[in-house]
Amino acid sequence: MAIEVRIPTILRSHTGGAKVVEGTGDTLNDLLSDLDARHPGLRGRLVTDDGGLHRFVNVYVNDEDVRFLGALDTKLSDGDTVTILPAVAGG
Amino acid sequence: MSIVLSIGRSILDAIVAHARRDHPDEACGVVAGAAGSDRPTRHIPMQNAARSMTFYEFDSKEYLRVWREMEERDEEPVVIYHSHTATEAYPSRTDISFAGWPEAHYLLVSTRDAERTEIRSYRIVDGVVTEEPVRVLDAPVDPHAVQSYMFGQSPASVDYECPAAS
Repeated sequence: MAIEVRIPTILRSHTGGAKVVEGTGDTLNDLLSDLDARHPGLRGRLVTDDGGLHRFVNVYVNDEDVRFLGALDTKLSDGDTVTILPAVAGG
Repeated sequence: MSIVLSIGRSILDAIVAHARRDHPDEACGVVAGAAGSDRPTRHIPMQNAARSMTFYEFDSKEYLRVWREMEERDEEPVVIYHSHTATEAYPSRTDISFAGWPEAHYLLVSTRDAERTEIRSYRIVDGVVTEEPVRVLDAPVDPHAVQSYMFGQSPASVDYECPAAS
């Protein structure tokens, strides 16, 4: 069993248009590296050069925003669902 | 994807009421519609998690819940709106850098004038802002209406339509 990842429209250029992809990893960081091997560029849209999560996206593991779970160090288990949404914010 | 926002008068009124209610803080929300239809039909006022006069941000939990609900109903965010409470209804640099729904109409409402509400709509794709006309559908003819809106486009581009046959 793997981890299901929901991809928003704006990032589907990295997944060949796929809305849902699967990956594996013990942490969110591992998962994003795993995904990037098959979907090049995806990780770069989510993680900054400094190694933090980009503020332009919300990433959830199941029902929780990973900002409250440990960000990229958030632990994952088989069967989890990761949802990526573009942050809606502005001035 | 058309380059005009067609929106029902009652939804537009509800958005303006929300912006006025939250003034001087910025208000924000979504109007969902059937996926691919480009028709905004379900108004969802959202909390501004920033509770600020100069910034807005969807509450992350509420946003996930609303997004799932839209998925289940085969809807998408046709309109994403927020208010500016002291400046014009034009996307700020932060608005442009965050805009992550290329298929949505970004509607801005300015409440800086207590009497007159400014309403303008944009497409924001890859950092490029394109203003589009706002067409108000099913506008009731009410000579006593006290609310007056000012649209960014010239008045000639605002097309008041009679109620649709459907």
